Amino acid sequence: MQDLLQQLLNGLSQGSIYALIAVGYTMIYGIIQLINFAHGDVIMVGAYVALGAALMGFGFIPSLLMAMIACAILGVVIERVAYRKVRPVSRLAALTSAIGVSLFLEYIMMYFLGADIRTYPPGILVGRTYSLGGVLITNKDLLVLGTTLVLVVILQYIIFRTRTGKAMRAVSYDGQAAQLMGVNVNNTVAITFFIGSAMAAAAGILYGIYFNSVQPLMGLMPGLKAFIAAVLGGIGSIPGAMLGGILLGMTESLVAGFGGSMYRDAVAFIILILILLIKPTGLLGKGVQEKV
Amino acid sequence: MKAMSKWNKSVALLTALILVLGVFAAGCGGNEESDAIKIGVNYELSGNVATYGTSCKNGIMLAFEEINKNDGVLGKQIEGVVQDNKSQNREARNVAEKLVSEGVVAVIGPATTGNVQAEEPVLTKAKIPLLATAATAPEVTYDEKTKKVRDYVFRVCIIDPDQSQVMANYIFDELKLKTGSILVDKGNDYSVGLGKTFKEYFTAKGGKIVAEEGFVDTDTAFKPQLTSISSKKPDFIYIPAYYNQVGLIIKQARELGVNLPIMGADGWDSPKLVDLATADSLNKCYFTNHYSVEDPAERIQNFVKAYQEKYDSTPDAFAALGYDAGYLMAEAIKQAGSPDPEKIQQAIADIKGFEGVTGKLSYDEKHNPIKEVSIIEMANGKQKLIKKMLPEH
Repeated sequence: MQDLLQQLLNGLSQGSIYALIAVGYTMIYGIIQLINFAHGDVIMVGAYVALGAALMGFGFIPSLLMAMIACAILGVVIERVAYRKVRPVSRLAALTSAIGVSLFLEYIMMYFLGADIRTYPPGILVGRTYSLGGVLITNKDLLVLGTTLVLVVILQYIIFRTRTGKAMRAVSYDGQAAQLMGVNVNNTVAITFFIGSAMAAAAGILYGIYFNSVQPLMGLMPGLKAFIAAVLGGIGSIPGAMLGGILLGMTESLVAGFGGSMYRDAVAFIILILILLIKPTGLLGKGVQEKV
Repeated sequence: MKAMSKWNKSVALLTALILVLGVFAAGCGGNEESDAIKIGVNYELSGNVATYGTSCKNGIMLAFEEINKNDGVLGKQIEGVVQDNKSQNREARNVAEKLVSEGVVAVIGPATTGNVQAEEPVLTKAKIPLLATAATAPEVTYDEKTKKVRDYVFRVCIIDPDQSQVMANYIFDELKLKTGSILVDKGNDYSVGLGKTFKEYFTAKGGKIVAEEGFVDTDTAFKPQLTSISSKKPDFIYIPAYYNQVGLIIKQARELGVNLPIMGADGWDSPKLVDLATADSLNKCYFTNHYSVEDPAERIQNFVKAYQEKYDSTPDAFAALGYDAGYLMAEAIKQAGSPDPEKIQQAIADIKGFEGVTGKLSYDEKHNPIKEVSIIEMANGKQKLIKKMLPEH
């Protein structure tokens, strides 16, 4: 019983990392129907910026803020340079461009900083472990879970309670019609990237601290898993992304812990395929009306 | 487009010029030192395992430099013909062909098993001995299919089963732990192979393996496997994998309250291990290696000092193996009495009790060195040599 609880908790903390990344993925998809494959690599850049700040002696919060600002700007630049021109042409062109940006970011970092794994200075976040009736949880687990929850609430607020959010929903529903109604579509998309990339940076520093490693290809696998989590939860839905991430993490953890780690990915993904066969729009996806 | 083709042309011209100059330079070098004994040095100097190849090459060149300073062998100087195989199998083969055509009497390298295997047919055909430095897979020197030794292939490193055998003996006899668990990188032959042979040796001694788990190299979360292992209550965990994963695994194990001793193999040897796992977590961790920089033996400390002076870095196991390969080759040429490839081949096979920095070495009938394996403990983030043990062959 205690093992089961521990495995569920392992899955919860791994899942909340997927969720944190998936939220950014799903938001950008929700607004412009673009699978932003570079999202995982913006996470990596965020982790490096925070690492640089931490090595210069800044604490956790200042490093986090610096990484978020740097990545928000990077996100807007990526959108302006690589997506804006191709977006109206075809979705496939935009997707290809996104893959290009992803590879560009990975190898430019590798060129300048090398492929070596780097680690955060130990002082940035002192690890603590708490025991709840024999089940162990670290302060890093709590931090990741808490951050994900807070970000989901903030995003839901922005999208459903502010003017910018209204513009986002309008663009998402019908870009051309929104433009005719006086919504500045390009600005709205830029703001979406600004917010989405800042969130990616937060995910980056948390991921880097959680696993104590930063390297140029670190965004690749979690990016892929987060994308799956977003689809599972219903792409475009922010609570869905969170649910999908946690579900994916828990499935992986339970299969690895009880079914034998050799078959983990195979079994975990069969379960995911089954869920999608039964509910193709994802768990919380409700069709076209509510893509955001 | 016009600019492009101009650019291409100038690149082509420049390349041609460099090639011509290279031929001249090689020609000149040959004339000046026609008396020198040429030994091919075929290594991974660029590409994804460049650090392995570079360390080996540095060790070899240091050995040649010292030998030449002491009047060389048979009254002649040794000339190391260094070539980069770019960490690619095909290039390793091309380099071997080039070295043969340049008239080398023996070849040292490459570093990895795959590259040595790519090079081997070329040298066997030319009847030129090959001395591998760090290729640890058993089939490098022994063809499992035909049950025949590859006559011209030798190595200076221990083979993988030796590492797992020594670790199994140490855990069972010295640490007196009887119940173990194994965690391997299931996508890596090295890791899977060590896990398999470790289990065989450990159970043959009467120990029990109660849990076997695996992961893939892109994994970063290991707590599910660790929770599962710890629920089976083993006395230790054997994790023969590379440092980048081992570091994360050990850290996460300690976070989960798993304070068992953790053991591994030479893939742990990297200063990064301490950064990834943190010094505290690494207490009660042991691994097998080819040698230890901390070994107080005079021979080893002299080597470490000379290496640091020449390259301004601490020699890792690859550098030490390269250094031994250089001296072993010189010794074989001396024993052979002439720089004739076939005589050198015989002389290497007959080597007995060669004293190197990675231990005293003799060859068994499969051309594998019988030599001591170092057991290293991590103590407060520092490597500490516990003891050296000889595997049984």
